[in-house]
Amino acid sequence: MLIIKREVCGYCGACVSVCPEGALELVDAYLTVDPETCLDCGICSKICPLGALEVKNAE
Amino acid sequence: MQNKYDVLIIGGGPGGAMAGKAVADAGLSCCIIEKRPAIGAPVRCAEGVGSEISDYIDLDPKWVSSTIEGALLVAPDGQTLELNPKMAGNEVGYVLDRKIFDRELVWNAANAGCDVFVKSRASSAIMKDGKVCGAVIETGGKTVEVYADVVIAADGVESKFARWCGIDTTVPFAELETCVQYLMTDIDIDSGQNAFYLGREVAPEGYIWIFSKGNRTANVGIGISGKMCKEGKRPKDYLDAFVAKHFPQGKIIELMPGGVSVCKPLACTVADGLIIVGDAARLSDPITGGGIINAIYTGKLAGEVAAECIASGDCSKKALMKYDTIWRSSKMGKSLARNYQVKEIFIKLEDEKLNSIVKSVSTLDMETFDTKHLLIKLVKYNPWLLKEIVTLKHLLE
Ligand SMILES: Cc1cc2nc3c(=O)[nH]c(=O)nc-3n(C[C@H](O)[C@H](O)[C@H](O)COP(=O)(O)OP(=O)(O)OC[C@H]3O[C@@H](n4cnc5c(N)ncnc54)[C@H](O)[C@@H]3O)c2cc1C
Ligand code: SF4
Ligand code: SF4
Repeated sequence: MLIIKREVCGYCGACVSVCPEGALELVDAYLTVDPETCLDCGICSKICPLGALEVKNAE
Repeated sequence: MQNKYDVLIIGGGPGGAMAGKAVADAGLSCCIIEKRPAIGAPVRCAEGVGSEISDYIDLDPKWVSSTIEGALLVAPDGQTLELNPKMAGNEVGYVLDRKIFDRELVWNAANAGCDVFVKSRASSAIMKDGKVCGAVIETGGKTVEVYADVVIAADGVESKFARWCGIDTTVPFAELETCVQYLMTDIDIDSGQNAFYLGREVAPEGYIWIFSKGNRTANVGIGISGKMCKEGKRPKDYLDAFVAKHFPQGKIIELMPGGVSVCKPLACTVADGLIIVGDAARLSDPITGGGIINAIYTGKLAGEVAAECIASGDCSKKALMKYDTIWRSSKMGKSLARNYQVKEIFIKLEDEKLNSIVKSVSTLDMETFDTKHLLIKLVKYNPWLLKEIVTLKHLLE
């Protein structure tokens, strides 16, 4: 599951551009993820300039 | 907001604003929708442009934070190379104030007759028989459908609109420069010179920039390849180390993350009823990351072509293709193609090689301030470059 740390995110949209699934959406000043579409691939969390994204394995 | 316009423009950055003005000037109805509550803020940009911006737009002094008369390249080992204009004191570029610049471009579109709505976000495309016919828009708590003969996607780096129309706009993560910038004040800088710091330790597969915003103030930022970004080695970590070393007393009055694509442009930038411009079409320069002028140029061109196609009653992909063909064969299109190849070569260069290039010459007088002319000069002092990199020669012809 993709965790968005809202306190860290600077709502820049960099992650949106690299998501192969189009699962991320920047609604003006906050980022949302569509859990149905997200594949937990971690690409977005890799490139976030601030480290605001994290893929947590569901347990 | 009407429910039908001749042209609907998604995004109120420089690309969208120029498109809106061009369509309105042609006497057609158009509308810009921008999801942010304020045009131009927050600024996601280092705001640097070459003086050739005046070829595309009448530059108003109000838009300019500083006039630039030279550049400084700093090699990984700290040696420097100064780039000066051939005529001392000539301006070679500007650092803009994009809060003002972006807003005035939208104002110009509005004054020409284009509708503008802020805090209004496109949330999907309206498609009919494979043709783009409009957008679903979230505005003031309502969801509305707006139809148009042509939709211009000017939605920047996110580029979701074209994706909703079935075009894959994903930036390969290794070709996304992940960036952080501080607006810093109370720092010792040369206000007429922009500085670029290179090196694996400083900014792997990217660079640190200091773009002057005037007296003792500058955009100090970094972009590194998405490939090199990892926990503890994110752009912010590199930038903090740089700032601690160079500007320990400086004050940070703005923090801005961002992403710039340095991939190839989209394979095709039109579809039935759709034109894609600026960053959304992946048109930022693969070497510098600069995209303001390219957005201005393609935005205006898109508006003109859309207006022509509407007048002739054909907004098919085939008719709109004129836009794609023109920009690709333009100076900008050619320079994007060349700079992509050059970038592929230079990101592989080791720090020692960069050091020896910078060591070969300490100042250069430039007739034309761009990466091509810089490379031609550097090759003169470093003929080994042509030997080691066989492909470089034909790129510089
Ligand atoms: C850190 C950084 C530094 C940079 N430095 C420079 C530089 O020094 N020089 C230079 O030339 N370029 C620079 N660039 C690139 C430059 O900022 C862009 O190329 C330029 O802004 C592109 O203009 P645009 O109109 O295509 O897109 P943008 O300016 O990004 O505008 C797109 C607009 O669309 C809006 N939008 C997005 N989705 C929707 C939606 N669904 N509905 C409604 N609105 C939407 C956004 O809110 C935004 O306002 C830099 C970029 C970054 C990130
Ligand atoms: S890249 Fe990071 S900072 Fe930027 S919007 Fe995505 S999560 Fe937020
Ligand atoms: S984890 Fe992968 S699929 Fe999910 S939002 Fe991030 S990039 Fe997209």
